[in-house]
Amino acid sequence: MSDFEPKVVAFVCNWCTYAGADLTGTSRIKYASNVKIIRFPCTGRIDFMLLLKAFANGADGIIVSGCHPNDCHYTSGNFHAKRRWIMFKELMDFMGVDMNRVTFSWVSAAEGVKWADVVNTTVTRIRELGPYVSYKELVNKSVEEEVKND
Amino acid sequence: MTSLIARAKELLENKTVQVVIGYEAGPTGLARPAFITDPAKAESLIYDDRCVQNLAVYLTKREVKNIGKMAIVATLPVMRSIMMLISEQQLFADNIVVLGISDDGKLLDIADNKVMQGYIEKSDLSNPAKYKGLLAELNKLSPEEKFLYWQKELSKCIKCYACRQACPMCYCTRCTVEVNQPQWIPVKANTHGNMEWHILRAMHLAGRCISCGECGRACPVGIPCHLLTMQLTDQVYNYFKVYAGTSEKMSSVLSTYEPNDKESFII
Amino acid sequence: METIRKLIRKQSLEKLYNNLSTTRKVYAPVIASDKQVEYKYNPAFTDVTFDHIRSTLSVKNVVFPKVENLFYYTNKQTESTITDIDLNKIQEVVLWGAHPCDNAAFDTLRSIFCWDITDEFFAKRLEKLVVIGLSCHLSDEYCFCTSVGLAPNSTKGSDILLSRLKNGDYHADILTEKGNAIVSASPELFESVTNEEAEITSVKQKFNHEQVTAKLSGAFENPFWVANSLRCIGCGACTYVCPTCACFDIQDEARGKEGKRYRSWDSCGFGLFTLHTSGHNPRNVQSQRWRQRIMHKFSYMPERNNSLGCVGCGRCSSGCPVDMNIAEQLEALQNI
Repeated sequence: MSDFEPKVVAFVCNWCTYAGADLTGTSRIKYASNVKIIRFPCTGRIDFMLLLKAFANGADGIIVSGCHPNDCHYTSGNFHAKRRWIMFKELMDFMGVDMNRVTFSWVSAAEGVKWADVVNTTVTRIRELGPYVSYKELVNKSVEEEVKND
Repeated sequence: MTSLIARAKELLENKTVQVVIGYEAGPTGLARPAFITDPAKAESLIYDDRCVQNLAVYLTKREVKNIGKMAIVATLPVMRSIMMLISEQQLFADNIVVLGISDDGKLLDIADNKVMQGYIEKSDLSNPAKYKGLLAELNKLSPEEKFLYWQKELSKCIKCYACRQACPMCYCTRCTVEVNQPQWIPVKANTHGNMEWHILRAMHLAGRCISCGECGRACPVGIPCHLLTMQLTDQVYNYFKVYAGTSEKMSSVLSTYEPNDKESFII
Repeated sequence: METIRKLIRKQSLEKLYNNLSTTRKVYAPVIASDKQVEYKYNPAFTDVTFDHIRSTLSVKNVVFPKVENLFYYTNKQTESTITDIDLNKIQEVVLWGAHPCDNAAFDTLRSIFCWDITDEFFAKRLEKLVVIGLSCHLSDEYCFCTSVGLAPNSTKGSDILLSRLKNGDYHADILTEKGNAIVSASPELFESVTNEEAEITSVKQKFNHEQVTAKLSGAFENPFWVANSLRCIGCGACTYVCPTCACFDIQDEARGKEGKRYRSWDSCGFGLFTLHTSGHNPRNVQSQRWRQRIMHKFSYMPERNNSLGCVGCGRCSSGCPVDMNIAEQLEALQNI
């Protein structure tokens, strides 16, 4: 368990968080390297199913991040995203999917330090929670369900 | 239900409508949907405890719409479904006559949409009492218990999509699961894929579900999938103080926003 | 072979079950936590129910699984390597306690899957299936086996048919070589019969399927279809619970360079079932799909495969959310 390195996937918007992450890099701020960043034009484009696909494909933790409210490059994408995240989180809580493994954040293009913080905090938290075993088991069990007919 | 029969007869005789959608009793005693086009057959219309199906699902069916202008026997959930369909441009208010039925089974005088809206606004729009208890119990479970509960239930799912077909709000001619570029949700039925399907369905109904319970009733293997959509109905009210199906204006929560929507988890 | 009737006492039945259950896969009915009847592999004998009228899903899963892998593949630049499923690895399954309607359905499925070409997957699973059927001492208003040429104690499709006696013991009719093999493995459990009568329920005949088939051949354009299918919501539940429905969809699933092809249950009641690549859909209205369901089962199959596409189990009607009672419709069709 002590050498468990979490796999974290980050869904970020191009105009704010991605640029912010660039700033973190150009500022030479060191931060956890466990995160794989996936760039979207806007948080409004992030389909909630993608988060589940990330868990199904082995992610132990997820970060979803975009522009602050009122700063969206497309005016209102992040407002729609916010509502979507609220409902999705409630549904996941109801179904027992571990939302402690998901961080939602607003990180602007100027917040290089904040991005490093968000990643470090998330990775630390996931390291403590351990790998997302129950989801992986769900996926494996489902593969077995059909293979047993082979 | 003599007043209902009389009204249906009148509407058909005057040719105000070409079809009355209501309930009749089948030979085994179960209530089933009826499509009355002949005024003489209006006698077969019933309304009692057996009549639970949400008939609004037929308002978007081409073969029913093609009969002509429709009248529909509408309890509160059906009225709300009609309101939702109008707000989503799937129905024109002028094309239907609503034969409203009150909670205690009496025919209401719903002259037009404004009157229907008034009736809806005065009613209790929260989840029906019989589901509140089960929802409360599920909400008390720990996250691990919840995960196991839903895995157990959803392992039964055979992906027949009866839940989708029974829902008046699922009117897409090509559902997202029927597209295979990309195949977003696997076609086959296995527990994981089933979960993804039900999560997708619940999210697509968030803010649009009017808690009729048809999805759970239609399920041939007894999965309480209506609890997923009803939980979100509760949460929609919790956060945004709205219920679905109360206005002609498009207002479903995931299609709109308020700049100051409150939440406590975004850092 | 000639049917041999033996007596098997209640305690011996339990021994037989346990003998089978410890050496191979036994698919038997149990009552689930929500009171529905479902089939499970190797449940404890004390959990097995002998009093069910019908399970929610049929037992076709043992020969036609709801998801069945057909082959695996790996892509390398310009060529694909295909790994077939080794059908010889399919294990023997003993189907325990299924009723005569469900067991007769295997013959019907065979008439579809082994019609002009043999479906190897189905054929192998059927070859490895041994059926210990259970006659019906209970029935309800949805049953109509006697209208489709069957009965609560039909032997069609069973290798051994058990029938309950008043004192809780069973008659065991040994019908095939497969059945004989089971008996020969534990001959001490089977005794000579006494004069006891078995408890068989009676199912009132609702219609004559031969008359229905005759009427259907001229009924394609009859207004009956539209009038009686308006309430159908195309949910597919009837197809999925039906023991004789065999439509399937084939899909490929890939990850990177590896993938598999599988088939899974499908329904002709779905709106997109007959959608052509051109965009044309010959059955784009529910009445056409409802007509297809009935005509396929009661007209096309008798004409083409010499079999009836229905065993009268009643699952479609009891599972239908809008009460499309098939027996009622067939009764009406008899008289159009």
